[in-house]
Amino acid sequence: MVKKPMLEIKNLHVKVNDQEILNGVDLKVNAGEVHSIMGPNGSGKSTLAQVLAGRDTYEITEGEIIYQGKNLMEIKPEERACMGIFMAFQYPVEILGVTNTYLMRTALNAQRKFRGLEPLKPVEFAKLLKERGKIVHMSDDLLQRSVNEGFSGGEKKRNEIFQMAVLEPTLGILDETDSGLDIDALQIVAKGVNALRNKERAFIVITHYQRLLSYIVPDYVHVLVDGRIVKSGGKELALELESKGYSWLEEESRTAVPVNA
Amino acid sequence: MDTIVMQSKESYLEGFERFEKGSLINDPTWLRSIRRAGISRFFELGFPTIQDEDWRFTNVGPITRTPFKLAENGHEKLDSKELERYTFSGLECTRLVFLNGQYSPSLSSIRFSVDGLKLGSLSRALTVEGDVLDEHLAQYADFQRDAFLALNTAFLKDGAFIYIPNGAVLKEPIYILYISSSASSPTITHPRNLIVLEDNSQATIIEDYISLGEDVYFSNSISEVVVGENSVLSHYMIERESKKAFNVSTIRFQQSRSSNVTLHSVLLGGALVRSNVHPVMAGEGSECMINGLFMPTGRQHMDNYMRVEHASPHCDSRQLYKGILDGRSHGVFHGRIIVHKDAQKTDAKQTNKNLLLSDEAQIDTKPQLEIYADDVKCTHGATIGQIDRNAIFYLRSRGIDEGTSRVLLLLAFASESLERMKVEPIRKGLEGIVTDRFAQGKHLESVL
Amino acid sequence: MSVDFKELTDQEYKYGFVTDIEQEIAPRGLNEDTIRLISSKKNEPDWLLEWRLKAYNHWCTMKEPRWQNVHYSPIDYQAISYYAAPKKKPNSIDEVDPELLKTYEKLGIPLNEREMLAGVAVDAVFDSVSLITTFKEKLAELGIIFCSISEAVQEHPDLVRKYLGFVVPHNDNFFAALNSAVFTDGSFVYVPKGVRCPMELSTYFRINAENTGQFERTLIIAEDGSYVSYLEGCTAPKRDENQLHAAVVELIAHNNATIKYSTIQNWYPGDKEGNGGIYNFVTKRGRCLGRDSHISWTQVETGSAITWKYPSCILEGDNSVGEFYSVAIVNNRQQADTGTKMIHVGKNTTSTIVSKGISAGFGQNTYRGLVQIHKNAEGARNYTQCDSLLIGDKCGAHTFPYIEVKNSSAQMEHEASTSKIGEDQIFYLKQRGLSAEDAVSMIVNGFCKKVLGELPFEFAVEAERLLSVSLEGSVG
Repeated sequence: MVKKPMLEIKNLHVKVNDQEILNGVDLKVNAGEVHSIMGPNGSGKSTLAQVLAGRDTYEITEGEIIYQGKNLMEIKPEERACMGIFMAFQYPVEILGVTNTYLMRTALNAQRKFRGLEPLKPVEFAKLLKERGKIVHMSDDLLQRSVNEGFSGGEKKRNEIFQMAVLEPTLGILDETDSGLDIDALQIVAKGVNALRNKERAFIVITHYQRLLSYIVPDYVHVLVDGRIVKSGGKELALELESKGYSWLEEESRTAVPVNA
Repeated sequence: MDTIVMQSKESYLEGFERFEKGSLINDPTWLRSIRRAGISRFFELGFPTIQDEDWRFTNVGPITRTPFKLAENGHEKLDSKELERYTFSGLECTRLVFLNGQYSPSLSSIRFSVDGLKLGSLSRALTVEGDVLDEHLAQYADFQRDAFLALNTAFLKDGAFIYIPNGAVLKEPIYILYISSSASSPTITHPRNLIVLEDNSQATIIEDYISLGEDVYFSNSISEVVVGENSVLSHYMIERESKKAFNVSTIRFQQSRSSNVTLHSVLLGGALVRSNVHPVMAGEGSECMINGLFMPTGRQHMDNYMRVEHASPHCDSRQLYKGILDGRSHGVFHGRIIVHKDAQKTDAKQTNKNLLLSDEAQIDTKPQLEIYADDVKCTHGATIGQIDRNAIFYLRSRGIDEGTSRVLLLLAFASESLERMKVEPIRKGLEGIVTDRFAQGKHLESVL
Repeated sequence: MSVDFKELTDQEYKYGFVTDIEQEIAPRGLNEDTIRLISSKKNEPDWLLEWRLKAYNHWCTMKEPRWQNVHYSPIDYQAISYYAAPKKKPNSIDEVDPELLKTYEKLGIPLNEREMLAGVAVDAVFDSVSLITTFKEKLAELGIIFCSISEAVQEHPDLVRKYLGFVVPHNDNFFAALNSAVFTDGSFVYVPKGVRCPMELSTYFRINAENTGQFERTLIIAEDGSYVSYLEGCTAPKRDENQLHAAVVELIAHNNATIKYSTIQNWYPGDKEGNGGIYNFVTKRGRCLGRDSHISWTQVETGSAITWKYPSCILEGDNSVGEFYSVAIVNNRQQADTGTKMIHVGKNTTSTIVSKGISAGFGQNTYRGLVQIHKNAEGARNYTQCDSLLIGDKCGAHTFPYIEVKNSSAQMEHEASTSKIGEDQIFYLKQRGLSAEDAVSMIVNGFCKKVLGELPFEFAVEAERLLSVSLEGSVG
């Protein structure tokens, strides 16, 4: 029996301001898998994450995204979230006066409602929060502060993983969660993600640097160059990229075009 | 060979000519031309006056009126044992020591803990590290704008050279110690540090300036610090020279994408101190936090001049400065934030809190925001206050004597800044110095 | 980057209906006779008429100020009617015209004591007169006077004479002088020594008649050691012409007394193109006369075409405290120039200013604040926080903080920020599963939290809802 993938991206073309950012991305992700997407700056990695989460500043000109058998095209971002898609933002947003705890309760209950569940009882919610907070060393102080307000870069990234742990998505998308982290913070983040890995859940880990993948070991590595996946392989591909850089792949992808670099 | 005494612009020019003749014959040509460009720019600019907006609160008269000689070679006899009196106890580190601006191999101790790490004196690097120097030296610290930078560039000769290769994570800090003294007449040194962190690396670097005696001298330093993509740097700048020393320093950070810089600036010593801190966040998503503590007393003058440049989107900067001013001292906090046109989603925050302990102490605090982007968040705040008499009374009513109450409150004020310092021996050492300063000889162990 | 600020809904101003009731309206125009007419309608003593005329004559010599950062076409003071009142003046709730009762019910303010929010006494001012004041007797048992100012003139003339113009003199400024000449009604509160007012006092102002102005005058006196919390709410029908509302509020706090004054201002803001709406030009000021006295202003300004006001505190008593918490929202073509003045005169006086400005549509929002530390004001402290939130790129936020310090022991703290709510924040919340409506409401209420927290509990909920409604249609 052929297993249906959780996520299938077919020939995805995306434009921003009339500029083509993704031009024909194909990707299949099954439950339980961790896929890493690597690539040079400006190759379209973050665009892919944003499009999956439903950001409407991007125009999809061709192709489709099928998630759990449904075409995502016409589905609003909040509905995608309720369907289990979570994106850890590259630049998490600050929201003054709204505590992390309040945001999590509102979001969790909105998602539960969508799935036909009762809101979580306050006591259960408090327990959940505490338990998940431990995974990424979130202090009570960070939980009670306004969302990301005055957080350091490392704290913001940890907060993203914490939110993911609370909302328990089916598909976790990490958009450069490792950027700007020191080695200790990186390990905490990785530990958090690894704690959430299981057979039902899949991850797409977008990163520019191989370092993160020493801690979150992916099943597959894909290299995105100029809006297309030009190479896929196992975790060893990441190491190869680390030593060789991206330029050889960039050249390969432009074989038809003379290179002036 | 007698040395030229420098005071007027002309005599600095003369001093330069002598310096140039005396410098190593095999100095590369590019270095000679940079130095020449430096001295000619200095000659054009001359020393700044309080008519210059950037120097409005600092009169450099005491520096321009003092005749200086270029410091002689580091002839001070100091052994490693004696050195311990001046360093931070318990600090496991690689150590680069400079005597009167010149590298001292015997006092330094270097551990090459990772492959590809390069450490040592700039004077040596000038001859063997042509590629790195060519790419970075004098590329960031813009001497066109500032006479002191121009002067340093003209007399560029020695300092620390640190190169941290791609992906290296240094466990131990690198400690750069500048020890100065001038035996007979005032001397001038121009320390020049070049620090390069390649991508994905991580390091802690400590610059520390001390005096051996109570001499008059002038240290005019520049640190150019290049922080590669996704690198993390924790940098300390500690000024604890004698109350007669002049110190003008510039730290220039060049930050690439997703880099993260923390600077801890602690000004305790010096007669006239100007600390220029100039990070440029050139890469998207970089972060810069500047944590400052300055504590002038007597007639000390301390000027903190920030120039925080947001040149790319999504960068965060923080300036958190605390000043405790006593005696007839004068403190300055001039915090300039420049948000370039394309630096959308900038998040910049600046606060400067000051305590005036005497009626004669003075603080000038000036926020300056120049914003050319339209989607940014910039916050600034400043406070000037006295030690809270109600709090003192409260503590006294609990049985603590007035002097101790005062020290407790001052420590509490300073500790917000000290607690951000992660290198424990440094933090502990500074806490000790700060406590001694407030206690003025009193022993507090009994209550603390 | 294309920001898609799609319209959520186009909810209309909810309180824009007109009450059809027989009214007595004075002829348009302003001269000494108008003032005599108002004074005689109200059966006022001679001293008050003289005071009004003095104010009028001074007003005639004054020029309308133009320094504020708002723009409007000149007001024709002769085209306004200065007095409008329902024909039948009721003596008790049973006599109130059922139309009026319905009006207040529609506004969510039942005047029947049985149906009212427990713990809130209401004075309802309809155009130029106060209709009814609830819970009067209960308050009177404690010695608290809560009535319309017209009634106070009749019943407590000595108090009114002593304190009217005590904080805002008849010649204070152009609009205050105009108000002094023609004020028609407003609330009067007197809390005797040592009494803590057990309920929230509130006044609902309603403009109904056409071509009228509303010039109410409120006077609150808190004697030594007393406490009172007062709230005003304002609405008006939708009309194409602009209507002037020039009120004066005076607060007096004696030793150790506290006055909390809250405003939820929801005058008709005009339509999307900027036609119609109220000109809300108001002078509000409090004197902290006594030691340890405390005056706190909280305002949520969502309505009016133009809002122009600076609720202020003069901190005369040692250790006195002044506070100003403000949320001002401008949407469509609304303009607001608002802020506060904190005048530190006494020793160890403290003031706190928290101003939150939200601008959407083509709205222009200005914070203007003065903190003045007098020479003998040893140990004065001020904390100012001033945040602006922009929604969209056609609106504006402006900040003019003025600081004058004449005593070196002052501790001043100032924070300011300007940020843009946009796509980013909304998308972030949507990605966590929230709808667009909930996202906007969460962001705006979070931004205003520090101010809303200062409102009496009963009104905080109403204010939160009002904020979301005011911004509907501005973000998506």
